[in-house]
This record gives sequence, structure tokens and C-alpha cells, in this order.
Amino acid sequence: MSITILLVLAPIGAIVAWWLSQQRLTSKPWLEVGAIGEVPDTGASSLPAATIGLGVFLAVVSSLFALLISAYFMRMQVADWAQMPAPKLLWFNTGVLILSSVALQYAQVAARRGRMDGVADGLIAGGLFAFTFLVGQLLAWQQLNAAGYFLAANPANAFFYLLTGVHGLHLSGGLVALGRTADKVWRGFEVNQVRLSVQLCAVYWHFLLALWLVLFSLLTPWVGDFAVICRQLLT
Amino acid sequence: MVDVTIGPAGAIQPAEVKDVELYHAKSWVTKYVFSQDAKVIAIQYSITALSIGLVALVLSWLIRLQLAFPSSLSAIGPGEYLQFITMHGMIMVIYLLTALFLGGFGNYLIPLMVGARDMVFPYVNMVSYWVYLLAVLVLVASFFAPGGPTGSGWTLYPPQAILSGTPGREWGIILMLASLILFIIGFTMGGLNYVVTVLQARTRGMTLMRMPLTVWGIFTATVIALLAFPALFVGSVMLLFDRILGTSFFMPAVVEMGQHLKYRGGSPLLFQHLFWFFGHPEVYIVAVPAFGIVSDLISTHARKNIFGYRMMVWAIIAIGALSFVVWAHHMYVSGMNPYFGFFFATTTLIIAIPTAIKVYNWVLTLWRGDIHLTVPMLFALSFIVTFVNGGLTGLFLGNVVVDVPLSDTMFVVAHFHMVMGMAPIFVIFGAIYHWYPKVTGRMLNEMLGKFHFWVTFLGAYAIYFPMHYIGLLGVPRRYFEMGDMAFVPRSATALNIFITMAALTVGFAQMVFLFNLIWSLFKGKPAGSNPWRATTLEWQTPETPPGHGNWGKELPVVYRWAYDYSVPGAKEDFVPQNQPAVARAA
Repeated sequence: MSITILLVLAPIGAIVAWWLSQQRLTSKPWLEVGAIGEVPDTGASSLPAATIGLGVFLAVVSSLFALLISAYFMRMQVADWAQMPAPKLLWFNTGVLILSSVALQYAQVAARRGRMDGVADGLIAGGLFAFTFLVGQLLAWQQLNAAGYFLAANPANAFFYLLTGVHGLHLSGGLVALGRTADKVWRGFEVNQVRLSVQLCAVYWHFLLALWLVLFSLLTPWVGDFAVICRQLLT
Repeated sequence: MVDVTIGPAGAIQPAEVKDVELYHAKSWVTKYVFSQDAKVIAIQYSITALSIGLVALVLSWLIRLQLAFPSSLSAIGPGEYLQFITMHGMIMVIYLLTALFLGGFGNYLIPLMVGARDMVFPYVNMVSYWVYLLAVLVLVASFFAPGGPTGSGWTLYPPQAILSGTPGREWGIILMLASLILFIIGFTMGGLNYVVTVLQARTRGMTLMRMPLTVWGIFTATVIALLAFPALFVGSVMLLFDRILGTSFFMPAVVEMGQHLKYRGGSPLLFQHLFWFFGHPEVYIVAVPAFGIVSDLISTHARKNIFGYRMMVWAIIAIGALSFVVWAHHMYVSGMNPYFGFFFATTTLIIAIPTAIKVYNWVLTLWRGDIHLTVPMLFALSFIVTFVNGGLTGLFLGNVVVDVPLSDTMFVVAHFHMVMGMAPIFVIFGAIYHWYPKVTGRMLNEMLGKFHFWVTFLGAYAIYFPMHYIGLLGVPRRYFEMGDMAFVPRSATALNIFITMAALTVGFAQMVFLFNLIWSLFKGKPAGSNPWRATTLEWQTPETPPGHGNWGKELPVVYRWAYDYSVPGAKEDFVPQNQPAVARAA
């Protein structure tokens, strides 16, 4: 496996190690019996469980994409690899996804300041931009297909469809969560009741945006050339 | 309360753990079928896992019958044989062991042992089970699909997994991959629950270092699984693409029946890397919960605190971390760079250190303990012996030069059945005998339990010790029959018949176990709330079996670690975790 998976597992491992270092793993529990009222802090985070849950989920998604990208690099080394041009439309899609992330950031800030109208605007705009991104990705697939870059024609094409597809599915899942949050806003929940959901949606969106930027840079042809240069330097 | 200091921890104010709002079931269906209660989900997971495990058990009998009496059973041809070994392996590893340890024991024990009312995301937890059930049903469907289940071996190596010579090429492999993908999605939902519940929902006073080792084991295994299962997910999705959409991720140019297939350039080695990047951590996903549970069983039934608790925790963490850097020791014969082989042999042997620490600590816990040879204890002891046995042959196979001649022989089969088949299964049995009284309120019958134990334990050795020898003779695994190979002596045939007899006997003992499970549900001796006089929180619930929300009105408060057995001066020979220290003289 290439170095990619280690690059992702190392930060995850570092977070785990940092967390473990905070947990008094060297304490001697057999000596620490408390009398009534003597209750040590459990060391649980003050963050809500849902936030921690999202963090763990993002670690799983990172692992998934790191493995996909490792496979991408390994398969690239076989002689039949023929990088295809990335459609121009992807630049437009990238812009739309950035706008989507910005809109959700706006919603999150509005939620923190207690402005419910701002939350609603941000969620709608974010959702629409994200939807546009997904439609744009499908159009990009169509363009590639029309230009003869079929899925099975070359592994480079196959990886393009696979990576964009898995990323799109994750964004679709995010849209479901976004829809549920928006539904709460519609039904007149207090800002306190939606703040966390809006915040988590924004975090997820930023993560998927960062992930897309990585994938986009990998799927454009110059990266393939760059990888070849790196390999020549290393060997 | 007055401001008092607690040992080295210093004066710490009680941290308030907010009580959670539970979902209260309104109908029978939401209470027992689509339940969000982790205890019900745990039972659903366990019953499903044991049921599909029973299928795998029957398959193992068929495999053994073929090996002992080659070609005398008309129902088993070469194709069926390959299908049986594939399904037996996959079901046992993923759908039984993983699901039962994490979905079954994880769901039941984590909330109870850390003093929580339920998992933190009960709805997601419920969906997790139903996705798992769907995965099992898709897997079962492949038995009835045209062409039957896949016969590619549980490792599903391409190219053969999707070539037409392999049984189940039409539907079997597709259903298998779909089922694995579903399983991983379902597991991820459950896994998020187990991790976040341990992180965030511990009750007051339950620091990480006061958690029972069972929780440490399940927690660490879940973290390993969450990071390792994506590799199987990626491999399955890409193999599915190769099979259905004709891509060439893994498929090289192949000539089949004189025809060039449309595949070209793919890398079968890439699949092996992905598979084993999941596959080796999987061994620890199964072993680490077993380590944790067995520590608690030994401590409780030997009435002695666990030796080296801190070391045990560190060893679990170390094993979890190391499990990610050993995967290629499954690939010594794949044509990998020999330097990689050297690296992976080294990391593999390093894992022996934390593992050996654990074994020493179990033995030292037993040393001068007040050992009660109850059925859970018998199974825990048999685990230690079996795990050491399987671990020692692991040291053989971890070395490249020893592994190369032994690769793909019955020696390997015997090794992994000892270390990750029998050993974890012994723990599962021990754990079921141990916690059944809490789950049902009744004890399992001890006579039947001891019969089950002795037949299973001795039978396992009758099966697998001769199998090592057969492997050393050079008999390859996965072969339908050996024919008249010159290097296989006639005695091997006799041994194979002996092994099959032992396997059928052990299989019969499992029927006794199943009977015991059902019979004791109605006729078992009432257990009371704490029949083993154990310290951990699950035995201190106000009701047995624990009610919805586990703890009645007030959450328990934890004052001590989980291993206060035979404390000098105490009234009984154990002190529960939620009992404070007697007031000290001012």
C-alpha cells in the first residue's frame, strides 16, 4: 500500500495518542478508592455526544478515502494507465461547492448569534448549492461519457467515476441531515434546538469540501505527471 | 460533603453527568422488534449471529465429511466443497464473531458496565441491527441464487473470484460483496455508538482507568474495526465494479477458454493489500474483546484482582496500534519485495510482546487465587491454553522462511482455527454462561454446561492437533480431495477420519448448548441479581434482568475500580464498584 494511508492514519493516531495522554493512564486505580462525595472527573469531553460522534465518523470517512486514494496511486503505476482530461465543468462545480460551504458557515454564525432568519437563508442557499454541485457532477459524467471516456475503458476513468461517485454519495447523505435540520427550522423550533445541528452540518460540509479539493487535484492530469516526477526522484 | 483529597488524583468536585432523555416504547413492536433499547438490540444481534453461525457449523460438518470420505457423498462435488469452505469462513469470521462480540456483547455490556442508561444514539443503534440483518439475509439468499454462493475462498481473491471457473460466479459473488458492504455500513452505525458511549456516557466516577477490561477490549476493537473495515469496503466496491461494470481495477488480462476477456492491466495484488489491511486487524477485532472478557471472567471466578491492570490496558492499546502494521505477513508468497517481508515479520513478532504480557497477567491472576471451576471459568482457562497454542504456531508462520513452505497447507488452517476460531469461541461460551443470568434472570444448567465444555474443549484439540501434523506433511488447504499423492501417507487418511469424528462430536455438543439456552430460559435456577458475586456495575442493577433505562431513578456512582475481590477486612470477599470507602478516621 502506498504511503497515503499512513499519512491519514498518522494524524488519527496522533489524535488518539493525544487523547490517551490526557486520560491518566498511569494512575493506579486500585489505590484510589473514594468515600461518599469523592468522585473524580470522568475525563469525558464537554462537547455534546453528537459532535464527538461526527468526529469519529469523519475519521472513518478519512480512512475510506485514504484507502481509495492509496489504491488509485498503486493502480496508476501499471502501464495501461491513461489519464483523461478533467472536464471544465469541474471548476464550476468546485466553485458551487465552495459557495455551499460558505452559506452553511453563514448559517452557523447566524445560529450562534441567535438570528433564525439568517439560519434559514444559509441552510436554503447551502442546500441549493450542494444540489447544484451534485447535478453538475452528473453532467460531468455525461460529458465524459459522450466524449468516449467510458467507465470500463481505462482504470483512470473508472477511478474518476468511483471517487466522484463515493464523494457524491457522502454529500447526498449530508443533504438528508441538512433537510432534517431545515425541517426543524420550518416547524418553528427555537434557535437553541437547531444550533447544534446547523453547526454539525457546517463541519461536515467543510470536511467534504476539503475532501473534494483533494480529489479534484488528484483527478486533474497534472497530478499524474507530478506523481511520475516524484517517483522518479524517489527511485 | 466536606472537601477531601483522593489519593494522587487531588480534590476533584463531582462531575455532573446529565441524565438523558430516553425513548420510551409505546407498543409491543417498538419495544421488542424495532427497539431502541441497547439490551434488546444486543439480544437481536446475538440470536441472529448464533443462527447464521449454526449454518456455518453445519457447513463445517459437510467439509469434514468430504475430507474424511472423499467423493463418497454424492451431494458434495468440487464446486459445492469450495462454496462450503467459503461460506463457512466468511460467516464465522464476520457474521458470527464480529457481530456477536461487538453487536451482541458490546450492546449489552457497554451501557451497563459504564453506568449509562443506553447508547448515546439509540435510533442509529437500532438501524445498525436492521442493516446487519439485511446483510445476513442477502448472504443467505446467495445459497438459493442460481449457481449458488461464491466458491472463491473467504479471501475472495481476484481474478479467480470472478472468473467463470469459480462456482457462484453469476450471483454468489455479487450477493457476497453486497452483503459485506451492507455489513460494514451497519457496523459503522453501531461502532459510532460503542465508541461515543464509552467516551461520553460514563457515569460519575467511572474514569477510563476504572473501566472493566471487557469495556476496554470492546472499545479498542471497535476503534480498530472502524478504521479497518473501510479497506474491505473499498475492496468490495471495486471488485463489484470489476464483476458488474467490467472495469479492470484488480483484473489483469486473462485468457479464459481460449477467449481474451475484456479485462487488462489490473492488479490482483492491490486487492490482497486492501483485503489484508482489513483482514489482519480483523483478527484483533475478534481477539481484543475476548482478551477483555476473559480478564473479567478470570478475576471474578478466581476471586482475585486482575494482575497488572494498567499493563493490561496498555497492552490492549499497543496491540490495537500494532495490528495496522502487520497485514502483509499474509502475503509472503504473493511475490512481494523481500525487504517488505522482513519488515512485516518484525512487526508481527513484536506483537507477541504485549500479547505475552497479557498471558502472564492472566496466569499471575490465577496464582494463589480462590479458583472456582464454574463453567465460565473453565471456558476462560481453556481460552488461555488454546490462545497460547495458536499463538505459538503464529510465531512459526510469522517468519518468512518458515511460512513459505507452510503457506496454504492445513497447518495454517489449524493455526488460525486455534487462535481466532476456538479461542474466541471459548470466550463467547464463557461469556454466555457468565452473563446469561443477568440477561434472563436464570442460571444455565451446570451439568449440561460442563458436558458442553469438556466435549468442546477436548474435541477442539482432537480436531486441530492432528491437523497441524497433516499440514506439516504438506497437505494443501482448500483441496477437494488428495487422490493418490505420493507424499501423503495412508495414515493421513486415517487421521482425517478421526478428525471428522471429533468434529461431529463437538458439533453435537453445540446442540446440547442450544438446548441448554432454551431449556434454562424456562426451567433454569433463578439467579438473583448477582450470582457470581461480581463487582462490576451490571450486577448492581435494581432489577434483573435490567429494566428500560437500566438504573431506576438514580444513576450509579462509581467509587473504585472493578477488581476489588478478597479485600482484607471487607464484610464479603468482594466490594462492588458503586460502594464508597468506609469513612476514614478524621
